[in-house]
Amino acid sequence: MRTRVLTILLLFGATATPLAADARSDAKKQVEFGIAVAQRGLWREAIYRWERAVQIDPKYAEALNDLAIAYEHEGDLGKARVAYEKALELEPNNALIKQNYELFKEINDRTTRKDTQDSQDNQNP
Amino acid sequence: MTGRLARIRRIARTTRILSSVGAILLIAGCTNYYEIPIETPIKPKLDVSAFQRVLVAGFIAGGTDDVDGNLETTRLLRSQLRTKSDLRVIDTDVLPLMEVANETPGTPAEAKAEPAKPAAASDGGEGREAKEIRGKEGKEGKVDAKAEPRGEAPQTSTPDKAPVIKDAKDLEPYEHIFADVEYWKKIGEEYQNPLIVTGTVMFTPHQRSGIVQREEEVYDSFGRRRVVPVRTYMERKGYILQPKFVFIDGRTGTVMHSENFREEVLYNANQSTPALSSYFELMDRLIPSFLSTLSSQKIKGTRVLLQ
Repeated sequence: MRTRVLTILLLFGATATPLAADARSDAKKQVEFGIAVAQRGLWREAIYRWERAVQIDPKYAEALNDLAIAYEHEGDLGKARVAYEKALELEPNNALIKQNYELFKEINDRTTRKDTQDSQDNQNP
Repeated sequence: MTGRLARIRRIARTTRILSSVGAILLIAGCTNYYEIPIETPIKPKLDVSAFQRVLVAGFIAGGTDDVDGNLETTRLLRSQLRTKSDLRVIDTDVLPLMEVANETPGTPAEAKAEPAKPAAASDGGEGREAKEIRGKEGKEGKVDAKAEPRGEAPQTSTPDKAPVIKDAKDLEPYEHIFADVEYWKKIGEEYQNPLIVTGTVMFTPHQRSGIVQREEEVYDSFGRRRVVPVRTYMERKGYILQPKFVFIDGRTGTVMHSENFREEVLYNANQSTPALSSYFELMDRLIPSFLSTLSSQKIKGTRVLLQ
């Protein structure tokens, strides 16, 4: 019985690793294409590609980082924050993602702070 | 024995350096990254699509008498809006807001007791009737696309008179004017329902003395240069600029939005900086925030795409 369970687990492990590798390789292709089009200024197409990459491999931190940058460029700051935070959750020590996130936060916090200040001003005119 | 130890240490150090260089090269080789310029659009806080024109009506100003906060702010905002917004800027004389505030009900007794003349001084010393006539002239399509030069005032002022408003507390008796819906509605009708920009401006001298940390170069006994933080007592003086921008809907006379700012600058006590130059230095810091209320702004930057 124990041998059977072990065999099943080994088989599962052996098949799962190539499957994950395949997913990453497919996602990587999407990311590469996304980078190429973003460099040509086609950010909508880049978003589509990076969203596909994240769908294929939800643990692909680099794809999430790129997606966050594209959202930022499109002015969708809420989505950008979520994507950056997911990317950092997956790779908390990635210095480049951290750097991008810090730069994003500088802009995002400034707009949020202004909104808060406005609502306070409107409450206490 | 000592020589052998030193050699071992040297080899160990070289190995460490080589391995760290190798690690960096390995990371750089494995990670593909591309620096890319981006422009983050910031949406305007106010929807001004219903307006075609903007009237910078004037400000209730106080603080130093070296700078006429009302005229300078009006002129600067008009010039910025002409070049950096899609709205057409109405070029007219500054409204005598302090006088109007004194005349309208709701003015506290102490404000009414203030002499009217100094209050009008910042508005050029003319009465409301004269302004209304001028306003009607403006109504007849006096919309200018040319920028006003900084040195040229839309109307004369008398900065030699001491300002009535010395601090933010002195502004309070006049602030009810911004809630005077009827007054602003009337102004709106006169100028074909524009977006009205008004508010208060406090520009006050400021002095501060205390311990300041600065960096100083020092050389040790071997002649090596080092930069060390040095704490010294310094007397500094400068200015504080506290504007409050109020955006009023010219169609209804109601306040759409208001925003407070505060900026300050300090110089060495022995440095002589003209008040007007400090005023522009501080306003330059605020202008992007002011403009972002009315029009979308793009913030340029670079990010790193990863593969």
